[in-house]
Amino acid sequence: MDFSFSEEQTLLRNTIQSFLQDNYDFDSRKAIIQSEDGMSKENWNQLAELGLLGVPFSESDGGLDFGPVETMIVAEEFGKGLVVEPYIQTVVTCGGFLRRASEDQRQEHLSKIISGEEIWAFAYAEPQGRFNLSDIRVNASNKDNGYLLNGHKCVVSGAPWAQKLIVSARTSGEQSDKDGISLFIVDKSSDGVSLRDYKTVDGSMASEISFENVLLSSNALIGEEGKAYPLIELVVDETIGAICAEAIGAMSVLNEATVEYCKTRKQFGQPIGKFQVLQHRMVDMFMQYEQSVSMTYMVNLKLDEDQLERKKAASGAKVQICNASKFIGQSAVQLHGGMGMTDELNVGHYFKRLAMIETQFGNADHHLKKYSSAS
Amino acid sequence: MDLDFSQTDTDFRSEVKDFIKTSYTSEMKAELKRSKNGSASKDLHIKWQKSLYEKGWIAPNWPVEYGGAGFTSAQNYIFETEMAHAGAPRTVPFGLSMVAPVIMEFGSEEQKKKYLPDILATNVWWCQGYSEPGAGSDLASLQCKAEDKGDHYLVNGTKIWTTMAQHADMIFCLVRTSKTDKPQAGISFLLIDMKTEGIDVRPLITLDQSPEPYQEVNQVFFEDVKVPKENLVGEENKGWTYAKYLLEFERGNTYSPSLYRGIEQLKSIGKETPIGGGLNLGDDADFLNKLNQCEIEVQALEFVELRIFSALSAGQRVGPESSILKCRGTELQQKIQELSVEAIGYWSSPFIYDTFANINEPSIGPDYAMTIAPSYFNGRKTTIYAGSNEIQRNIISKAVLGL
Repeated sequence: MDFSFSEEQTLLRNTIQSFLQDNYDFDSRKAIIQSEDGMSKENWNQLAELGLLGVPFSESDGGLDFGPVETMIVAEEFGKGLVVEPYIQTVVTCGGFLRRASEDQRQEHLSKIISGEEIWAFAYAEPQGRFNLSDIRVNASNKDNGYLLNGHKCVVSGAPWAQKLIVSARTSGEQSDKDGISLFIVDKSSDGVSLRDYKTVDGSMASEISFENVLLSSNALIGEEGKAYPLIELVVDETIGAICAEAIGAMSVLNEATVEYCKTRKQFGQPIGKFQVLQHRMVDMFMQYEQSVSMTYMVNLKLDEDQLERKKAASGAKVQICNASKFIGQSAVQLHGGMGMTDELNVGHYFKRLAMIETQFGNADHHLKKYSSAS
Repeated sequence: MDLDFSQTDTDFRSEVKDFIKTSYTSEMKAELKRSKNGSASKDLHIKWQKSLYEKGWIAPNWPVEYGGAGFTSAQNYIFETEMAHAGAPRTVPFGLSMVAPVIMEFGSEEQKKKYLPDILATNVWWCQGYSEPGAGSDLASLQCKAEDKGDHYLVNGTKIWTTMAQHADMIFCLVRTSKTDKPQAGISFLLIDMKTEGIDVRPLITLDQSPEPYQEVNQVFFEDVKVPKENLVGEENKGWTYAKYLLEFERGNTYSPSLYRGIEQLKSIGKETPIGGGLNLGDDADFLNKLNQCEIEVQALEFVELRIFSALSAGQRVGPESSILKCRGTELQQKIQELSVEAIGYWSSPFIYDTFANINEPSIGPDYAMTIAPSYFNGRKTTIYAGSNEIQRNIISKAVLGL
């Protein structure tokens, strides 16, 4: 049992920190999210040059062959910088599926992700299904040795920037059956794919996507037909591990900013940080943060364990992260007073990102129920 | 970074389990089950500690040179987990984990030789003289005074909330040796023999209403008590530094192993408690949500503890982060106790004064329900003792956040 970071891991963290220092201060980020693209292709290429887009992939696939702890480090640092570029969507989630895909599929696609040529997005959520990953109406029917894809996927994070999508679709069974779900690689430029792109409240972008008789070849299928659900659960749990890390990065910035502000802001003739009621609130923020860090380590160290243990770890961690995100985000705004309400201060932007993290892949209530059913 | 256990660790786990099987007897179990406040008879505690001593495991956190067990952090985790899982008694902390680290760090060679071996072997029972009726959270305002009389100090005053003083052979005491503007600067750390003339111990009955001699706390009175000069630890008027050093050990425990046991007990209560309509409490979604929320918070604390303790070696103290452990550990303990009272419904009500008497008579309601409400009442102490949790938040605010 060991909780220390290796030299290599510390080096990785330093690399990301200096990249963010040079390219991602608050004003640069603001310019990026206000630009027409909404992200920086230049930054994306730099992430490729630094090797970061290859973190979880095996050496034979051209990657760095790192594990969940390294992904956690990247995501945590990106959380500190409020990075909008779709790293988790492309590398952790879609990359997670592709790592387990066939030799041919890996050869065809991974090099393009690692080189920064392609951005990918995972289209899974549907309006009627909320957080239920198996409630799927999008349908893929057999057609000429391939498939015909029809239906609507909602709030697909990062899709406006993507060239490729991974889509969960029903190939058999009833609407919320766990059996009969398949995963497909879909080229966004295919006939019948139409997107309504929009900005999200936390500075990112997403799309409503409809598929109308989209023709897919048989090698668009990842894994076995109808058997994708356990893989979806696995990759979503890995994604939750990374999202938790992103959240603790954001929390650490908010906590530091709040303590700093309360040391300098004066009212009633003294720094407001001298008031015990505010001190205790900041201590509770700090304790929530420490517990969130711990649960983030926990889940990322347990991703390789058996299914039940892994699911419990992911849901337990997400419950902690959701509750702490809410408490720290709201408290940081409150303690910054009127300034916390302004768009010009970074605090509100972190608060908004944390509020969206609460919902991503299921909120606290959802994961508390999942935790109960895994117990 | 990994959670792996080595083969040595796995073997160690079996060794701990075997030890518990032979040393934690069914008589001990039956007695401890009847405790409303976590402590049992003096005999039980001594017997248990002597068996740990013979095994070499009595002091997991002491440096090996003083007789510590020399556990790795993984072994320590395994040890704590297995002990808590079996519901084994905790070692009485006042000698082993409070005064001993102070003597090791600040005591003279003679004091080390005189006191440490007897603490290790549980030949001498210690208690803690910190709080006074007028000095609770504001500990530094303490008034119990020790006057310099040449070859001895003359101690007059009183100490309160003295846990298990009725069993103690020795008390470590914070006393005032000087009146200064800064109250912290006039405090000294004295070791006092409880058999000295002029000491009187009176029981204080707390909310759990445990009968004598099972009461948890006492008030200790000192009237012209003569204490030899050689019983001063470190320097005169420097006691506040030693006192704070000790407190970090007092607070810097692992809490999660015993909290997990509380969760396990709640789960089994859930299985055994009918709620009408042919259902059990364990089928109730509202109860399960509270229980699982609690379990997740225990796991968060567990990993905070693992992160902190895996970075320390034996004998090192946790530092101000110990206040986080104290806050979260005690708040979760109270939450579990609260849920336990909710879980047993009406069976929280029957009052039995002496739970140890008539140990073979059938209980009113389920056996496990007997001590749940008293333990809940008793457990309110945890956020008050060792520096209230409000004081812990002041400490974190100052020492960690720099406010």
